[in-house]
Amino acid sequence: MSFLNINNVTKSYGSIEVLHQINVSVEEGEFLVLVGPSGCGKSTLLYMIAGLEDITSGDISINNRIVNGVHPSNRNIAMVFQSYALYPNMTVGQNITFGLEMHGVPAPEREKAMNDVAKLLQIEQLLGRKPWQLSGGQRQRVAMGRALVRNPDVFLFDEPLSNLDAKLRVNMRTEIKKLHEKLKKTIVYVTHDQIEAMTLSTRIAVMYQGYVQQLGTPKEIYDTPANLFVATFMGSPAMNILPAKVVVQDNRPHASVATSEGNTVLLPFSQANLAAWQGKDVLLGIRPEAITDLDGADRKSSNIVNLQNRVDVTEPSGSDTFVTMTLADRDAIARMRADVSVAAGDVFDFAVNMDKAVVFDPETEERITEG
Amino acid sequence: MSSAQTQSVRTGRVTRSFIYLFLLVSALFYLLPFFIMLLNSVKPLGEITGGNMMAMPEVFTLEAWKAAWSTAQVGVEPTGLRPYFWNSIKMVVPAVFISTILGALNGYVLTKWRFKYDTILFGLMLFSCFIPFQIVLIPMARILGIVGLSGSTYGLILVHVVYGVGFSTLYFRNYYAAFPTELVRAAQIDGAGFFQIFYRILLPSSGPIIVVCVIWQFTNIWNDFLFGASFASGSGAPMTVALNNLVQSSTGVKEYNVHFAGAILAALPTLLVYIVAGRYFVRGLMAGSVKG
Repeated sequence: MSFLNINNVTKSYGSIEVLHQINVSVEEGEFLVLVGPSGCGKSTLLYMIAGLEDITSGDISINNRIVNGVHPSNRNIAMVFQSYALYPNMTVGQNITFGLEMHGVPAPEREKAMNDVAKLLQIEQLLGRKPWQLSGGQRQRVAMGRALVRNPDVFLFDEPLSNLDAKLRVNMRTEIKKLHEKLKKTIVYVTHDQIEAMTLSTRIAVMYQGYVQQLGTPKEIYDTPANLFVATFMGSPAMNILPAKVVVQDNRPHASVATSEGNTVLLPFSQANLAAWQGKDVLLGIRPEAITDLDGADRKSSNIVNLQNRVDVTEPSGSDTFVTMTLADRDAIARMRADVSVAAGDVFDFAVNMDKAVVFDPETEERITEG
Repeated sequence: MSSAQTQSVRTGRVTRSFIYLFLLVSALFYLLPFFIMLLNSVKPLGEITGGNMMAMPEVFTLEAWKAAWSTAQVGVEPTGLRPYFWNSIKMVVPAVFISTILGALNGYVLTKWRFKYDTILFGLMLFSCFIPFQIVLIPMARILGIVGLSGSTYGLILVHVVYGVGFSTLYFRNYYAAFPTELVRAAQIDGAGFFQIFYRILLPSSGPIIVVCVIWQFTNIWNDFLFGASFASGSGAPMTVALNNLVQSSTGVKEYNVHFAGAILAALPTLLVYIVAGRYFVRGLMAGSVKG
């Protein structure tokens, strides 16, 4: 059995079921990110792991112990809240040791644990201050200190970076990742930010409408999304989803796609079993970085296809240039190196890396898997 | 200076003088009666009966104050207001304390430990703020009789707690509604129990609303006459009832100077509470509605 095991868990408020048959399990030391748009149930699930919300059915076990009905303070967990939830009437030091005090840890031990954590997080000089005297980043550190000092089995983070400004958020993200690599503790982290999910996690659960859409490593989620929702939610700019027809030519399945110039191009699939879909409509998913100029194409790929199409808009971001075009009557975005000379209105030679393409069934919106 | 002035509306010289004039007249309107009371409480009785109420005292004397405090005829006993003052203190302090603590607990439960029908329960408690005192006099007398508290200070404390808890619950509920629930959650995970969360986390952050509640309850309970007159008798009566008895005592001459002094004595504690804690009053009233 896994270290943290969420087994067939559902949550209902009255007759409304908000979480349906959730199954998630991670090993000790993993960094699990629950990611999804607002209202997908990710925070509810975190609160159920914490014991702040009841479990309607199913069970949750931490370290081989079923914790259904166990009080939050006895689950050996610690939580960092979105608002940090620092006790306003206590100093930083008192905030950090409050949990130990409530668990009856003697004062000298509390003092030592507090100093160790303060040193680890470099907040020693803040121990005597009140929360209102701290900046956002400092509060964030104190909130993490309060969680760390308990030395719990599982850390729970509820959107901890969403109240910070953009620059600080990136810094703290790295700090959290460093801390995880140093301490090797199991973490469950809730966010709506797919970049946070990708960068931090060892495992991601993408949630939507009360279902776990996909559970997997960041690479699995990014490269082989289980369905259309996962494909479009993860990644920025989002994956291009193009309606296409499957045509078999020279014994090989191709995607037939209309270009902006009124022609049809045949893009050969790398996935052989798509021959079974001959004549049917599918949704072709191509990430922006899989559409480049010819020089920028991935040399390791065995399936680069040339595509001539008119450029609608170019958006230089400094590091990359995003190129928008019309493909299969939809807007499609390509990601180029910054120094590629391309201008709106040009007919440009694009290179499409079909090794990275994924295909979805338009009916079920599930990915058509290989084999 | 310029930055401070842009905060307020700019007004012309003429408008401003009208504003000050109006404020001055209003202040006089309220202060004049108090001034007359003060003036006449330090005169010998002869100056009042024989002359002008508005005139400055020719002989300054504190005799009337001494009489009102310790020797004046209240009802049938020549005790002054002193024993009744202590009656009121013995009633007000526990009643304010208990109703404030209960209100804080209610507010805590109603906002942080939500349960089914909690809003209805709160509505019913609010309702008690709007029930006129007169309606409950007879049922209350009956209940006090049954529990054996009629005619005692404890009975009065009970009545005032029951009446006060509606208002104190309203204050604390609204204050705690703006208090982040995540703090309670964090404390739960830290292992704090129901009462530990209350007195370690919530109460230390409740200063302003406690002040508001105490001022409000103290003023209301101290100034109450109806309950005092109905449920406490003779030597157990509170200050307000005693003041009435002092003024109504019909033997001999009406000692107006003593009456004035007694009335001021009866009003002093509420005045004192307001002066000491008043600067928190508006701040506390605003704290629930506007979050900084």
